[in-house]
Amino acid sequence: MEVGLGHYLTVGAILFVTGVFGIFLNRKNIITILMSVELILLSVNINFVAFSAFLNDLVGQVFALFILTVAAAEAAIGLAILVVFFRNRGSIAVDDVNTMKG
Amino acid sequence: MMAEAFSLSQSLGIAGPELIMAVGAMVLLMVGVFAGERSTQIVTGLAVALVVISGLWLVVVTPTGVAFGGSFLLDPFARFMKVLVLIGSAFAMVMSVGFASRERFNRFEYPVLMVLSTLGMMIMVSAGDLIALYLGLELQSLAIYVLAAINRDSVRSTEAGLKYFVLGALSSGMLLYGASLVYGFTGQIEFQAIAQAATAETRSIGLVIGIVFVLAGLAFKISAVPFHMWTPDVYEGAPTPITAFMAGAPKVAAMALMVRFTIDGFQNLAVDWQQVIVFVSIASMAFGAFAAIGQRNIKRLMAYSSISHMGYALVGLAAANVSGVRGVLLYMAIYLAMTVGTFAVILAMRRAEGSVEEINELAGLSRTNPVMAVALTALMLSLAGLPPLAGFFAKYFVFMAAVEAQLYGLAVIGVLSSVVGLYYYLRIVKVMWFDEPAAPFEPMAPELRFALGATALFIFPVYLVVGGTVFNAAEAAARTFF
Repeated sequence: MEVGLGHYLTVGAILFVTGVFGIFLNRKNIITILMSVELILLSVNINFVAFSAFLNDLVGQVFALFILTVAAAEAAIGLAILVVFFRNRGSIAVDDVNTMKG
Repeated sequence: MMAEAFSLSQSLGIAGPELIMAVGAMVLLMVGVFAGERSTQIVTGLAVALVVISGLWLVVVTPTGVAFGGSFLLDPFARFMKVLVLIGSAFAMVMSVGFASRERFNRFEYPVLMVLSTLGMMIMVSAGDLIALYLGLELQSLAIYVLAAINRDSVRSTEAGLKYFVLGALSSGMLLYGASLVYGFTGQIEFQAIAQAATAETRSIGLVIGIVFVLAGLAFKISAVPFHMWTPDVYEGAPTPITAFMAGAPKVAAMALMVRFTIDGFQNLAVDWQQVIVFVSIASMAFGAFAAIGQRNIKRLMAYSSISHMGYALVGLAAANVSGVRGVLLYMAIYLAMTVGTFAVILAMRRAEGSVEEINELAGLSRTNPVMAVALTALMLSLAGLPPLAGFFAKYFVFMAAVEAQLYGLAVIGVLSSVVGLYYYLRIVKVMWFDEPAAPFEPMAPELRFALGATALFIFPVYLVVGGTVFNAAEAAARTFF
């Protein structure tokens, strides 16, 4: 069986949906949310690289490199905020992020 | 377009204001590190000076043009929006000077992060392709995530930062997913090239899904319904000067991006994204108006107020014609002035024992501090959109644009929800003028007095005089796309 663009896009879409569900359905741990965010960004990268190969155009791969870089910065900031939150609250359970009701 | 000759020195000239900000931010960081913890005041002062210099450079020196092979644009639209962004940031920085020292979270990183965030917004406004859009947006957001959590000993501040981070990261993910589909189905990332590739004949369902995902990501940044969940909590939890900052300049920049993406990139597919904008606009106006009614905390109230204001601004975008874009630009300019003024008052709500945020604390302000009461009354009535205050003209132009585009239903719903909005703004006015006085606030700090005075005078009567000039500038900016 030939692996075509459609297959890559399907993998990307499944990863994306898994990531979104990971953020909304997970009621336990904020680390899981950070992992879900990474999953979303990776699914986007798969899309970009697949399209780039399919279109014979390098721009998509350049875009993917930028996304990787920003994702690293984003993860660092996310973990830093999480550490500060843990110091104040003593917990990183999703249900404990509830001082303000909204 | 790529056709223009690409010369590095020319490109650097066009990106001059951004270069000033980027280099300046690093210099400020060095100043902060070497001068130690007590340098906050100096660094803040220098940061304001940096923003002013960058703004003057933008207005006086920088030529209009396309830089870096089409990634970076400086057209009249970008110039107008950048001036607004810089004004908003400068006021937010000025207003934070006294707060930081009184609340004892003197950290020099704080003005530096504001400068970096402003740099991100300027890149957003000037973005000519999807990569610049993403990088500008992330630079802006990442700095604000940290700013929201900067009061690191406070549970509420760190919780606000965490919530903003998680939902912000999700929205960037959606925006990127949309961008990947747009790239895949048009083969282009530059807005102008996308506009040529995306016509009614080549339209595919994948492309439309891409547009919707990008719009969802951007709607999150301007806190439009249904992507508004973070707004009240983050506004309440973040330190007040940060809230003042978040409510102003980033919204302007994200709205600029929204206009650029839809009008510049997908003008040919207007029918497809118009329905999305109309839905988001109606939902924001209505939700913002009704949800604000029960609020007791004034920062939360301002969050809901900003949600509905974004809805009104989107009315202009939904019209997708030149008067609509002009309306959006005017709306953002006036919104910025009203927000800065209102937050100057919120920052001034403090007694000897600390800051207060309940609306009831404003009781009897007309007797304890009549000047502040008059200014806040003018701001509230302007937010509600009563003539002859500036807020009325803002709403008038977007609704007229909607009528011109034959979106009658949208205009009628807009007018009705401003009537609902009038109720909660008038409630604040009533508390100030007719309730028994609470204990008086401490005298206003000079920088807050300056910000409040400048914005209150701008919405009335200065706007009546300069309104024509602002209108013409917005008109010229809107003509960029048509």
